[in-house]
Amino acid sequence: MVFEQIINGLTLGSTYSLIALGYTMVYGILELINFAHSEIYMIGAFIGLIMVSVYKLPFIVALLLSMAASCLLGIIIEKIAYKPLRRANRIASLISAIGVSIFLQNAVLMSAGPQARAFPANFNVTNLRLGNLQISSLQLIILLVSVVLMVGLHLLIQKTRLGQAMRATAQDKETAQLMGIKIDQVVSFTFAIGSALGGAAGVLVGIYFNSADPMMGFFPGLKGFVAAVLGGIGSVPGAMLGGLFLGLIEMLGAVYISRYKDAIAFAVLIFILLLKPTGLLSRRIQEKV
Amino acid sequence: MSYYSQILTVIIINSILAVSLNLVSGYTGQLSLGHATFMGLGAYAATLFALKLQSPFLVSIILGAAVAAFFGFVIGVPTLRLKGDYLAIATLGFGEITKNILLNLKITGGPMGLRGIPKVTNVYVAAAALVLVIFSLNRIINSRVGKSFIAIREDELAAESMGINTTRFKILAFVIGAFYAGLAGGLYAFLFRYINPKDFGFMRSIEILCMVVLGGMGNTYGAVFGAAIITILPEFLRSVSPVVAQYRMVLYGLLLVVMMIVKPQGIISESSLSNKKREKSLEKGGL
Amino acid sequence: MELLEGNNLSMVFGGLSALNSVDIKINKGEVLSIIGPNGAGKTTLFNLLTGIYSPTKGEICFRKKEIKNLKPYEITKLGIARTFQNIRLFKEMSVLDNVIIGQHCRTKAGVFGAMFKTPSVRREEALVREKVMDVLKFVDLDDVYMEKAKNLPYGKQRRLEMARALATDPELILLDEPAAGMNHQETNELIKLIEKLNNTGKTVLLIEHDMKLVMDISRRIMVLDYGKKIADGPPDEVKNDEKVIKAYLGDDFRRETREIKKVKEAKEVKKAKEAYVC
Repeated sequence: MVFEQIINGLTLGSTYSLIALGYTMVYGILELINFAHSEIYMIGAFIGLIMVSVYKLPFIVALLLSMAASCLLGIIIEKIAYKPLRRANRIASLISAIGVSIFLQNAVLMSAGPQARAFPANFNVTNLRLGNLQISSLQLIILLVSVVLMVGLHLLIQKTRLGQAMRATAQDKETAQLMGIKIDQVVSFTFAIGSALGGAAGVLVGIYFNSADPMMGFFPGLKGFVAAVLGGIGSVPGAMLGGLFLGLIEMLGAVYISRYKDAIAFAVLIFILLLKPTGLLSRRIQEKV
Repeated sequence: MSYYSQILTVIIINSILAVSLNLVSGYTGQLSLGHATFMGLGAYAATLFALKLQSPFLVSIILGAAVAAFFGFVIGVPTLRLKGDYLAIATLGFGEITKNILLNLKITGGPMGLRGIPKVTNVYVAAAALVLVIFSLNRIINSRVGKSFIAIREDELAAESMGINTTRFKILAFVIGAFYAGLAGGLYAFLFRYINPKDFGFMRSIEILCMVVLGGMGNTYGAVFGAAIITILPEFLRSVSPVVAQYRMVLYGLLLVVMMIVKPQGIISESSLSNKKREKSLEKGGL
Repeated sequence: MELLEGNNLSMVFGGLSALNSVDIKINKGEVLSIIGPNGAGKTTLFNLLTGIYSPTKGEICFRKKEIKNLKPYEITKLGIARTFQNIRLFKEMSVLDNVIIGQHCRTKAGVFGAMFKTPSVRREEALVREKVMDVLKFVDLDDVYMEKAKNLPYGKQRRLEMARALATDPELILLDEPAAGMNHQETNELIKLIEKLNNTGKTVLLIEHDMKLVMDISRRIMVLDYGKKIADGPPDEVKNDEKVIKAYLGDDFRRETREIKKVKEAKEVKKAKEAYVC
């Protein structure tokens, strides 16, 4: 029972991690809470659903296409709604992000209708047994895909020139610019990667719960953000860890107080923030006097 | 009540909400994404006082506001140690927790909410409340207390070095904001006669924030103006044509983006009003 | 009679020491200057005295009262006020309001008093207005009182910071590089202002790089280098102190290596300060 809850928690948590990465990367570069991220996740799920049920594409192809589309969507959103506001105050960008979120959510609501659609897995789902422990192949696939994506992201950030540019920009935008890094390019790239991961999370969760609807982004979006804050916003390993931690806590907590499942995430968030105001894996910055 | 006076009443209630959030975020500079929480607490408390204890309307909404203020204190003490986005996200968290608790308690009617509230709020009651709120807020803003709020927004460290107990004053702003929001919540309950935890969720908080930002942060009349626009807009779109009405939320989202790109400082920016009024108030012996 | 005494003050930021066992004594009514190369720990010392940091080691007594664990606002109330090296005015507020904030800790009006404008609040506000206009006249800013702080020219912004500090009714006023960025004439005016301030009985502690100003007005000079005190005495004595001359000039070779080392260390301390967990 507990072991199964742990597997459930890790499965859910790995999708939170994927969402959290998008938040944390964008925040690291632009200091913007990208509220539209939860809608990218939702749209990612819908694109995956269309690929699987209308075009009958194999799961992995559907996943990749959905990631590509999310990637594009992320770049477009940044160019239209955030880029003109880069010099304005931060609340303006925040409101703009909220506007994008409302827009996308309702646009999908208008075209797909409010009801939830079934999102069946188009491969055989079996239950694997390890002694008397049980884990479904679906969960394994979700965990596997998440791990592959996160390792890929890690390599991208640590080993490539663009990754280097991203890290430099996150540390000091002006200096990075003076060193010849094209900030616009880095920002686009950040949105692209973050959105692709968010879209992937949407497909995975859609298939996991066999459902997709226009409102599905709201809570996972919030929780993805909570996960990012838990890990220390701006920190990539922090987001991964924060997501897994949140998933686990939620699933284990739900065993005892299921009615308050959604509150658990936020209670944990507040507790951690009060203990360590900038998250688990980040250092507090002292204001220069 | 006619359609128009209903809309007007809603505008006034929203104005109280926007003005109260403006005190916290606009004047004191503490970004809150959970302002609807206090509206909800005020609405629930006022309703329960009226329904369970048969207290009269006026007593109910004032007690409701006091309960909201109390929770403003309880939530403010731990969270206001945080700054910027961390504060925003902590207030959001408290909002979601409160909603979750309201959804699960028996006394609040769970997801069914509370119904059977008498309809007492009308345009006059709401307008009287708004006038009182704005009057008292203006007095606070122009006093020692209000100047301390603004100093905290401008430079918290300098404010503390000039002798302001910043933590205490941030909590104070939060409590006053919560009180007014709770008052608005009470008026809301006695207008719609039915309340439900979902009325006071994250989207409502965002809506209030949009009113403040749209009108212009740090300007009370801007907040009122923002509240009017955000309230009327969906209704206006509905009146244009049923087809447009279907797309009103889509357009609403789009409008927020366009608005921010065109005029990110809001419609009425703070500096546009202040100087003349200030000199007048000095002549009258104000601070 | 001593007004403030700091003993054995040390401040460590994440393993790097910015101040190392520094003693400081300020006598009532004097003008004491702290000088020293960049990164010597001068501003850190200010931050300890005003409660922005709490010292890693050592004690600070103000009027025989231990203050090292007090918050900045409590210290201000006791009678220590300061200005900042990088001007930190309330930019969007008027000149008048900036100075009114200085009176915060000497007044009491609360929310209800403000709402109902009780007679006692009215009286208090009248007193504040009078007091604040006096302070503005003292620093010669009374003609621009309605101007927004951010619209003032640089020299006036510096004076406004002093006015704001003065409005807290301090016994001791700390000025962090008040002449930075000022031209010759502005500096001369500043010297006069500080002397005027001192003549009204205020004790002044200042950090300054402008040697003319320091030599003109200080009764005593304290020299910091690498977080350590290397000299403390009257201007003439300090001017001829061998250690001080070395710290500032040194022989050519030493100076070069020192410069390199200094830049490196200043960077490290800065980095450590930023990462410093409160």
